[in-house]
Amino acid sequence: MTTPAIQHTNDFVIKFANVNGSGSASANELFARAIIRMGVPVAPRNIFPSNIQGLPTWYEVRVSEAGWLGARGGCDMMVAMNPQTWDRDLAAIDRGGYLFYDSTKPLPPSKFREDITVLGIPLTAMCNAEYEDARQRQLFKNIMYVGALIALLDMEFAAAEQLIVDRYRGKDQLIKANVNALRLGYDYARQHLPCPIGLRVKRADAVGDRIMIDGNSACGLGAVFGGATVAGWYPITPSTSVIEAFSSYCRKFRTDPDNGRARYAIVQAEDELASIGMVIGAGWNGARAFTATSGPGISLMQEFFGLAYFAEIPAVIVDVQRGSPSTGMPTRTQQSDLLNCAYASHGDTRHVLLFPQDAYECFSLTAQAFDLAERLQTPVFVMSDLDIGMNDQLCAPFDWDDSRRYDRGKLMTYDELEAGKDFGRYLDVDGDGIPYRTIPGTHPTRGAYFTRGTTRNPYAKYSEVGTDYVYNMERLRRKFNTAKDLVPAPILTKAEQPTHVGVIYYGSTAPAMAEASALLAADGIHVDTLRVRGFPFSDAVMQFIAERDAVFVVEQNESAQLRTLLVNEGEIDPKKLVRVLHYDGSPITARFIAGKIADALNDRKVSPIGQPQRKVAS
Amino acid sequence: MTYLAKPKLLAADAPRNALGYTRRDYEGAISTLCAGCGHDSISAAVVQACFDLDIEPHKVAKLSGIGCSSKTPDYFLGNSHGFNSVHGRMPSVLTGAALANRNLLYLGVSGDGDSASIGIGQFAHAMRRGVNMTYIVENNGVYGLTKGQFSATADKGSKSKKGVINSDNPIDLAALALQLGATYVARSFSGDKEQLVPLIKGALRHGGPAFIDVISPCVTFNNHSGSTKSYDYVREHNAAVNRIDVILPKAQIEASYPPGSLRRVVQHDGSILHLRKVGVDYDPSDRIGAMNHLQERQALGEIVTGLLYVDSSGQDMHTHLNTVEKPLNQLGDAYLCPGSKALEALNAMLR
Repeated sequence: MTTPAIQHTNDFVIKFANVNGSGSASANELFARAIIRMGVPVAPRNIFPSNIQGLPTWYEVRVSEAGWLGARGGCDMMVAMNPQTWDRDLAAIDRGGYLFYDSTKPLPPSKFREDITVLGIPLTAMCNAEYEDARQRQLFKNIMYVGALIALLDMEFAAAEQLIVDRYRGKDQLIKANVNALRLGYDYARQHLPCPIGLRVKRADAVGDRIMIDGNSACGLGAVFGGATVAGWYPITPSTSVIEAFSSYCRKFRTDPDNGRARYAIVQAEDELASIGMVIGAGWNGARAFTATSGPGISLMQEFFGLAYFAEIPAVIVDVQRGSPSTGMPTRTQQSDLLNCAYASHGDTRHVLLFPQDAYECFSLTAQAFDLAERLQTPVFVMSDLDIGMNDQLCAPFDWDDSRRYDRGKLMTYDELEAGKDFGRYLDVDGDGIPYRTIPGTHPTRGAYFTRGTTRNPYAKYSEVGTDYVYNMERLRRKFNTAKDLVPAPILTKAEQPTHVGVIYYGSTAPAMAEASALLAADGIHVDTLRVRGFPFSDAVMQFIAERDAVFVVEQNESAQLRTLLVNEGEIDPKKLVRVLHYDGSPITARFIAGKIADALNDRKVSPIGQPQRKVAS
Repeated sequence: MTYLAKPKLLAADAPRNALGYTRRDYEGAISTLCAGCGHDSISAAVVQACFDLDIEPHKVAKLSGIGCSSKTPDYFLGNSHGFNSVHGRMPSVLTGAALANRNLLYLGVSGDGDSASIGIGQFAHAMRRGVNMTYIVENNGVYGLTKGQFSATADKGSKSKKGVINSDNPIDLAALALQLGATYVARSFSGDKEQLVPLIKGALRHGGPAFIDVISPCVTFNNHSGSTKSYDYVREHNAAVNRIDVILPKAQIEASYPPGSLRRVVQHDGSILHLRKVGVDYDPSDRIGAMNHLQERQALGEIVTGLLYVDSSGQDMHTHLNTVEKPLNQLGDAYLCPGSKALEALNAMLR
């Protein structure tokens, strides 16, 4: 072997090639969590097909003591457990990398590569010898390879063992069987393979108090904390687990301790039209309500979004974005619903969008969305995506201020109506564009009004008078301006050195962008970055652009949708906003961003610059 | 007529119900529908039913889709919140509203285009789901606001005003409601107030999905010879299976009927339905029988009216979801937010 084997400690990418439905997911997660227990950050990602059983699926674990949680690209070690994808998996390994495989069935030399280290273990043979049951053979094979990897990567066996004990607490038989399988793999590798190899995990203290959870679970939890009581939904990948999590957290936290009854209602609707209809009906009636969906669902809900916008009804929509258009790539990630949400529905509509960067913000922004929806009396979209939604990730621990009270917005009460306070449902009484509303049933003779999507006057009476229509539209515009300062502010990260170049990014691009900044800085390219967290854009966003010569807009879609919004809403000269677009369905990488920015600056000769360290587009 | 404002003054001796309200307190804005429209009679029947039942107007939420019929909630119960939503989507909006507050009465008003054409999916699923509501379809077999196209309830062979013969098979919403699990199913005629008002009263006091298909002639586009939804045609082909009276629990009046002619149904809320037999021997507790009867009579060209089916067991969506008694929209922060301690425990499990 002429190529030297890769030698990296706490900084490598290992990929598992599995067959969907084979039970590999929990074993792979065990592997990732065992590394976290050793104090080393990991970023695991599932790459899975739109299928339940039988098709190839991959699980990628990036080990990064430096804490880079974005996808890196490349592969230092492949755990090739799927014969169907053998050739491409073999080809995906970086030169000098490692191949781990089940050596039960001999393979011809043509099935291997010269420039990698091959590590074979007869997993199937070992399982057949150990277990009678076919399903057990399959499941424990996965645990067995984790055991072997622990030996190969010089990991702490006790960390994985403890995880199994924690996971199956109270189920001693399961603990024993799993630890046994782990031990078999571990011992075999120690006896037959050159342990440890060049890739190693060494105990560190780089995880801190962070937790690991997926964004969809965090959205579901955020909805519980945000006070949602009604969820109408329709199953669609990759959003389904938002509602599953909401349901499970509701059972845990919202079951009345006295009588076991539910302080929530979840209805699986017949389609997305009905789910958003239920949300709007519940919001109109004073409950906090939400739905979770993805691109095709957003398309179906368009007419209702217009109604909710115009009739001014609170609603929260969690959009877990995926590859589009049409059915697109249902199990791949994108940020391609921005325009469809920002201007959803016919006519002049504008909607409030929030952009969570990780599971922590999936929690906090979903909770906040309910306050915003009621304060602004309008639909609010939480723009998550498959990458942060469906992958476990390290994030800051969730927090909640117990003194916080839900902001129910401008609700006119029984007492105010009784005292004779003037109630105009669509009347702007204090200039912020937000009118007062009443909840059905508030007062026997006052405050009732007729909600409609047609034009009405400030007192909710049907009107086809042009001035009434214009009054309403201008008020809605004022309301949208009010929203600018209510949505979460953008996060500015200044470069170490003064620069005229800025980068705007949002959502799941965040970890890759942070790393890209570091890659660029290492090569003498300094960029200020601004992470946009809400739409409408606050003045700080426009100021950031105004103060810089060139601003890159990094997005995971083909048509530069945030850039379009910036140009349109901020009347920005389009030439000033440079597109950095990644949209092949895989999560964006730091290498990609840094490479694009460096190339563009080079082309523009904006400043003397070098090339980034690793100019590899993934 | 639409351009005549209602007099503001009320006769001093106007009758008042147990709550002290007059009929006027249950009325709404002036109708903008055509003079003689069947829908206005249905609005009047709703007013009468709510007045008779001593319903507090603000405890009713009235919801509709889009179309002539869906405009009508503006014309009754002016002290109730109303919601004129999206074409064909009233059932989902109503479902959401009902989820938010189980203590209001939900009145859904729709039309044959709204429910049988664009909204048939939502109609079907709201019935399946057991939403506690009164769902009235004002059925005229025609699109009024867009000037006279056939709707999905138009009978095959019926003639449009322009002389076109309908070649498509009709959808029978009452038959569908029976099949899909509505627990109170009726059909009536806007021109028969004596029959319609008690049917609406029974539905409002019913605990579960109550559906009333009201044939309501469109005087402008579907009241001609050759139409099967005209005043004349419906009067000639009306085959009532019963007449009902709704007795509130507190009322002790026992009317006398000939022996064997009366069926007594006690609803979940204690209200009593007295069903008087008309002609045929009809059992409104037999769902399969009701479906058969509808089909048999329809084949003979008859329009079966009356209370077709009632199941007073009182199961509804909230029962299925096991929700708390207190309306969800009235639960305070302390009942909803688990708080920081719960979150810390959760964080610990995620490390």
